[in-house]
Amino acid sequence: MSENKKKIVKSSLAKENFYKLLHNRLAVLGFMLMFVILMACILAPLLTPHSPTDLNLRHMGKPPGGEHPFGTDKLGRDVFARVLYGGRISIAIGLSGALGGMILGVIIGSFCGYYGGWLDAIFVKIAELVSVFPQLLLVMVMRVILGEGIKNLIIIFVFTGWIATFRLVRGRFFSLREESFVEACRAFGIRSSSIVFRHILPNCLGPVIVQLTLNTAGFILQEAALSFIGMGVPSGTPTWGNTINAAKELLNITNYPWLWVAPGLAIAFFVLGVNFFGDGLRDVLDPKQQ
Amino acid sequence: MTESNVLLELNNIKKYFPITAGIFRREVGAVRAVDDISLRVYRGETLGLVGESGCGKTTLGKCVVRLLEPNSGSMQYNFGGEMRDLLSLNAQESFAARRKIQMVFQDPYSSLNPMKTIYQSFDEPIRIHSDRNKEERRELIARLLEAVNLHPEYMYRYPHEFSGGQRQRICIARALCVDPELVVCDEPVSALDVSIQAQVLNQMKDLQEKLGLTYIFIAHDLSVVEYMSDRIAVMYLGQVLELAPARSLYDRHIHPYTQALLSAVPVPDIRAKRERIILEGDVPSPADPPQGCRFHTRCQYCHARCVEEMPKLEPLAADPEHFVACHLAEERFAAVGT
Repeated sequence: MSENKKKIVKSSLAKENFYKLLHNRLAVLGFMLMFVILMACILAPLLTPHSPTDLNLRHMGKPPGGEHPFGTDKLGRDVFARVLYGGRISIAIGLSGALGGMILGVIIGSFCGYYGGWLDAIFVKIAELVSVFPQLLLVMVMRVILGEGIKNLIIIFVFTGWIATFRLVRGRFFSLREESFVEACRAFGIRSSSIVFRHILPNCLGPVIVQLTLNTAGFILQEAALSFIGMGVPSGTPTWGNTINAAKELLNITNYPWLWVAPGLAIAFFVLGVNFFGDGLRDVLDPKQQ
Repeated sequence: MTESNVLLELNNIKKYFPITAGIFRREVGAVRAVDDISLRVYRGETLGLVGESGCGKTTLGKCVVRLLEPNSGSMQYNFGGEMRDLLSLNAQESFAARRKIQMVFQDPYSSLNPMKTIYQSFDEPIRIHSDRNKEERRELIARLLEAVNLHPEYMYRYPHEFSGGQRQRICIARALCVDPELVVCDEPVSALDVSIQAQVLNQMKDLQEKLGLTYIFIAHDLSVVEYMSDRIAVMYLGQVLELAPARSLYDRHIHPYTQALLSAVPVPDIRAKRERIILEGDVPSPADPPQGCRFHTRCQYCHARCVEEMPKLEPLAADPEHFVACHLAEERFAAVGT
């Protein structure tokens, strides 16, 4: 004891949680999946010499092998390049939609949860209204109003994605604002904005981060689904959904399986990775699991 | 106990919590948590507040720290000789006054932010209430932790690494970090093991002596209150029924409620014979308190006047420091003897 006396023992929740995450095999596997696919998309120009949009009429519908590892589609575009470059946009849409939704949900949820009252009542009603509205219809209406495009798709995702985070944060705030440490802050005269964002909010970030990963996965799937039915990203832009869209006809599904297998697997693995990672994060950040 | 020694004077403090009903949140009534309390707290003393659950002890404490806004009444506080009403200060004065009155909470487990180290929890209040630089703040935190017998290096730890007793000592140190004069202690030991209670209580006594603190000590454990307090106020249904120096209250309790309360204190002697007074019925609802004396529904000495007229908290003729709110006070005092 006496020789340790001078040594300052610093402990850190973050560090402890990091080690716990490392011991969660599923989370590590999920992270690896995510990381490999993400890096492949970012480093796409190094991995393939082909452009995702260049037509090559001499190599139409080539099966996988040789110069085109995933084959080419019916317009002669390299499927491997389309999957890599498409991943960039799909992941960007999923991430930015989820991030935007998270920021919006956290801000609104914090204030509603801390102050309650009529402000809270209004936003709860808005959240209910948005969540009961059929999303496909919403997408169609927004597309008519805002027009086609990646930016507008992200806006739609933010508009529908803030609700889960809002409910989560609001609920946590309702219970946390009654804790004595919040009263202690108020007794010291600490400003409300500081209490909300610096004292209470860090206590809800665990579930919020998990929600972020789940939303990212969900939005990537939604982007693919919307693009597949032609309501998402304009068809000229390569995304995972648009790449699958090329295999829409029944005959193509049987005759050119590589058109949909490659982007389909890319979506499946990435979403699986994100979900595994999110599950692992939830286990690690939930204090009841410790 | 002179006039100039008064640190805080509560005058007719009332705190009602509205009861609402219907979709328009119409007020249909109010819970009278604190109903017309007037008290004086003298500099350097410990004023004990006792009473059963729901009698308004904590509400009164939170009003004093201004976590709750009283509905009416005034709180005169002695700012270096000048008495000013805490409830009519402007925003800036009000903020400055917050460092004079601090609070130690009941539950040491929820009193510290689990996501912040002790250093982080202490740093912000010190920073906003003084112009100390970072190094001076760190030194102050180290000194505060030493004052409650904790290793200064513990400041880099998180709350979950401490035991309940250690956490409550940390909370006491945190309340002291802005150099307050009055500390409201809301049942600071009731969540702790009996073996740890004495340790924390003695620590608090030491600090009071060293720093010249004034305590308002809220508790329902009568032996703890007796050990800590110079004067004791007995509360029932939002009102003070008896207020007296601790010795005098334990020797000659006048109010029938105090009598019943004290008869419930266990005596650590199996052969001791004592009269146990068991009150009948429940505490009436604070939303609909009885007319007249608040205690008359359960008082064995109740008579016609008690039902109609509310007794005032008045000093006894023979002992001006002993206040009782009972119509029978003088008779009962004569019966108990001096």
